[in-house]
Amino acid sequence: MIIALLSDIHGNLEALEACLTHAGERRPDRYAFLGDLVGYGADPQKVVDIVARYAAEGAIVVKGNHDEAVTRTPRYMNDSLRAVINWTRETLSEEAKSFLAALPMCIRQDEMCFVHASAASPERWDYIDSPSAAHRSIDAANAAYTFAGHVHDQTLYFSGARGKPGVFRPVPGRAIPVGRHRRWLAIVGSVGQPRDNNPAAAYAQFDTGLERITFHRVPYDHLAAAEKIRGAGLPLSIAYRVEKGI
Amino acid sequence: MSSGQQVADRYASGSELDGFRLGEHLHTGAMGRIFRVTGRDTGFPMIMKVPRTGPGQSEEGLISFETESTLLPALSGPHVPRFVAAGSLTSTPYLVSEWIEGESLEEILKRSPLSATETARIGAALADAVHSLHLQDAIHLDLKPDNVIVKADGTVVLIDFGLAYHAHFPDLLAEERRFAAGSAPYISPEQVLGTRADPRSDIFSLGVVLYELATAELPFGVPSTLAGLRDRLWRDPVPPRVRSPDIPPWLQEVILRCLEPSAEKRYQSAAHVAFDLRNPDQVALTSRASRSTEAGLFEQTQRWWRARGEGTLPRRLPRSQVAAAPIIMVAVDTTHPDDDRQPVLQRTTAQILSLSGEYRLICVSVIRGPRVAEGAGEASEGSDGHLEHIVRLRHWVEPLRLPPRRLSLHVIESASPERVLLEFARANHVDLIVLGAPNPEQVRLAWWRSVASGVTANAPCSVYVVRVPQGTDA
Repeated sequence: MIIALLSDIHGNLEALEACLTHAGERRPDRYAFLGDLVGYGADPQKVVDIVARYAAEGAIVVKGNHDEAVTRTPRYMNDSLRAVINWTRETLSEEAKSFLAALPMCIRQDEMCFVHASAASPERWDYIDSPSAAHRSIDAANAAYTFAGHVHDQTLYFSGARGKPGVFRPVPGRAIPVGRHRRWLAIVGSVGQPRDNNPAAAYAQFDTGLERITFHRVPYDHLAAAEKIRGAGLPLSIAYRVEKGI
Repeated sequence: MSSGQQVADRYASGSELDGFRLGEHLHTGAMGRIFRVTGRDTGFPMIMKVPRTGPGQSEEGLISFETESTLLPALSGPHVPRFVAAGSLTSTPYLVSEWIEGESLEEILKRSPLSATETARIGAALADAVHSLHLQDAIHLDLKPDNVIVKADGTVVLIDFGLAYHAHFPDLLAEERRFAAGSAPYISPEQVLGTRADPRSDIFSLGVVLYELATAELPFGVPSTLAGLRDRLWRDPVPPRVRSPDIPPWLQEVILRCLEPSAEKRYQSAAHVAFDLRNPDQVALTSRASRSTEAGLFEQTQRWWRARGEGTLPRRLPRSQVAAAPIIMVAVDTTHPDDDRQPVLQRTTAQILSLSGEYRLICVSVIRGPRVAEGAGEASEGSDGHLEHIVRLRHWVEPLRLPPRRLSLHVIESASPERVLLEFARANHVDLIVLGAPNPEQVRLAWWRSVASGVTANAPCSVYVVRVPQGTDA
């Protein structure tokens, strides 16, 4: 079974469509959306519509912190984020908001765990930005494979014989053997807001039979996506980030 | 999990496994066992590697086995055994690959010290193999005579990738720092410190092998303690010529440059090592060539201080690191030194070099040889014709003001420039060929009959065809 793993779409319709087309060519059997469907981008409604359609056909969808923020105001937010969240809340239909509100925090299936942030305590939105953080998530997931987002850079953590997991920065397009005798935590990258100085959209595909994961980068019309953010009157810094991939 | 005994029972001469019939038991080592196998029609002889499993076995062996099972299917070319099949790591671990017919370098070493010519021949073949691996984003990290097979045709094949690194896969061994990082006599200073992503580590090990071939001694002995291993971070080996004065200065230069404690001072690409070993007269000699003592106490202390802070490196793909040290070949027509194309060719070459880091520029002139001579050959040094063309070649390259170690000049006699240029490029891992388009008198000739078109069509690398812009003077 091939599973397409998409995370942190952040309301970026152009990036999502490009990734779905790219993934579709490889005929995945399933799709998994790892949260943060909205926030930052100019097309939250269209993105939620698309993901809801996939969900109706059996896709896995979990909740991200931005998805939560539009339905329940978080304790802390900086100004530009507050502006985006308020705008997104006004833009989304009631139906879309209830879809987001009803998303689960974490889904476990067979030997896989799907979560937006850390499986250790998903509701705290801890970033997996170190081997120790990965270690906690892998332990809590208690599964051969954990797929997550939240951190936007594609990273593959793998458990060693003991101690902290190893870290690997994947080379796009190269299939990586991930045997189930180890434990793996894949940060699949951000579809809608990559931050590694490369504006191309990021996602990953996992082949359960061959035990291989491939990380992809997909170029898309990011300048158009940035222009839409400006057109919507959202903070200019957000458009700039999408434009430069920072 | 099955016990070690049950697992071991499945692997014995005569038994069958996934369609492979196990034959002769060839070897038992710390990491596992090797059998000859038959049963699949690959057209070449095969072996099966089986790791040691079960209680009491080292994790290192299993992780090495897993590493090799990951890497081998991803590697290709004439310098690695062909991958055939791998069993499930958890239930029936095995790895089937090509059996390489040839002589182990370990065997060849029994005849050492070898002559400079022989050392250079084997060393160049080994450098070819190392370069091929680096171009595939892989680093061997365990180069030693045991792991080098010399085939009857002189080609080197590297075996045992259990400690190797491949930039496309998670480095399972990186997290296992407590394990020995390779074979003590051969590993590089940065490996001692735990760095595994630097292709220049293989160049250091290549230097140790060259040293051993030429002197029959190991440059750093066989250290058994970490302190002993760390010695190579600042200590020089006894210069090879001190051990045997017959070793020519150029070979000492090459060996000591490979063995520089600081990776920055070594050859930056195995292709450059191969080139120097094949072209001894083009090796630029430095103080290394004449060194008769180890570095002074002051220099060694400085290195010791520097080494304390080392151990991390920018993470670049091995291929990109090697690509920063390109071999560029420019074909210069010394028979027509006043041709309009010469200044354009010169300017273009200068532009290309200004964009390249640790390049090596090879200037080649092909001159009409005596008709009887069939094969191409470097024109005999003594002949007047040869000297005249070398002088013209040197004159051509003079304005570029290149340091001697970046430059090499070759005049080759042949009636077929296209063939000679292609052969030279293939034999020397040339990354880019720069040459002129047909000259004005040749324009009447169809393009496809020109040297430039033949070279462009058949080159093993990129080709830059230089043309005088139309309607302007050069």
